[in-house]
Amino acid sequence: MGFPDRIERTVEIAHPPARVWAALTTVEGLGTWFGDAATIDLRPGGLAEMTWTSGDKASMRIERVEEPTVFGFTWGINGLPDDDPRRTYVEFTLEPTGSGTRLTVVESGFAQLRDDSYRKAFDGNTEGWGHELGELVEYLDAIAA
Amino acid sequence: MPSQPDIESVAEEVFTALADPTRRAILAALASGGPATATDLATRLPITRQAIAKHLALLADAGLVAAEPGERRRVRYRLRSAPMQVAQQFLAALARDWDSQLASLQDHLNATAPVQPTRKNEEKEPS
Repeated sequence: MGFPDRIERTVEIAHPPARVWAALTTVEGLGTWFGDAATIDLRPGGLAEMTWTSGDKASMRIERVEEPTVFGFTWGINGLPDDDPRRTYVEFTLEPTGSGTRLTVVESGFAQLRDDSYRKAFDGNTEGWGHELGELVEYLDAIAA
Repeated sequence: MPSQPDIESVAEEVFTALADPTRRAILAALASGGPATATDLATRLPITRQAIAKHLALLADAGLVAAEPGERRRVRYRLRSAPMQVAQQFLAALARDWDSQLASLQDHLNATAPVQPTRKNEEKEPS
């Protein structure tokens, strides 16, 4: 079947790296071509968020900031719960070319299954809503007592 | 180390199960209505109890549903979400649309390009 772990694309852009860098790393850029609005704290460990008028949201944790060549962040995997530890890593690499920029984006980690997340995924979560609802009932019982 | 099913075989079990309309209906019923016995499911789905019991056994072997402890005909089955989340990782890779994102990045850069004199049009004109 071939579980896809990694996605890679390279595009030639007719604009200099400085402009591409700004589009990738500023509120004005990310909130225009990618999201409908954005916030960003541009430093390793900083957080960024993109929101869409549809109500969708993407939260990113910035990992690499090497202006104007490498910008990397992690974000959650679509469809998994917000608190799921599995995240993919996205890295943009900018190379100047004669007429502009060669931009490469690599997103990796779709096929990750670490030992600990494996246990969480396969044992911890199996109770699912039954467990959560049990806790809710206990909580309501406790405050009623 | 106990042997663990690898990520690919987990995803394969999910997609194989979902390819069958009866098993898809059973999984959908457990997802929307919560744990149920084969008899419960037979009242809700246009499938015999025997057929449902057979499919539930297959789904349990594949790890997609789990049987709760109970008497034989009263065993309730519940959906196991973990394999579904593994399959979702696979789908997330297919659904990630970098082609469109990069096209809109190009459009954005073109639209916001600083105005500068260009000779392209002049060059194209016949001399």
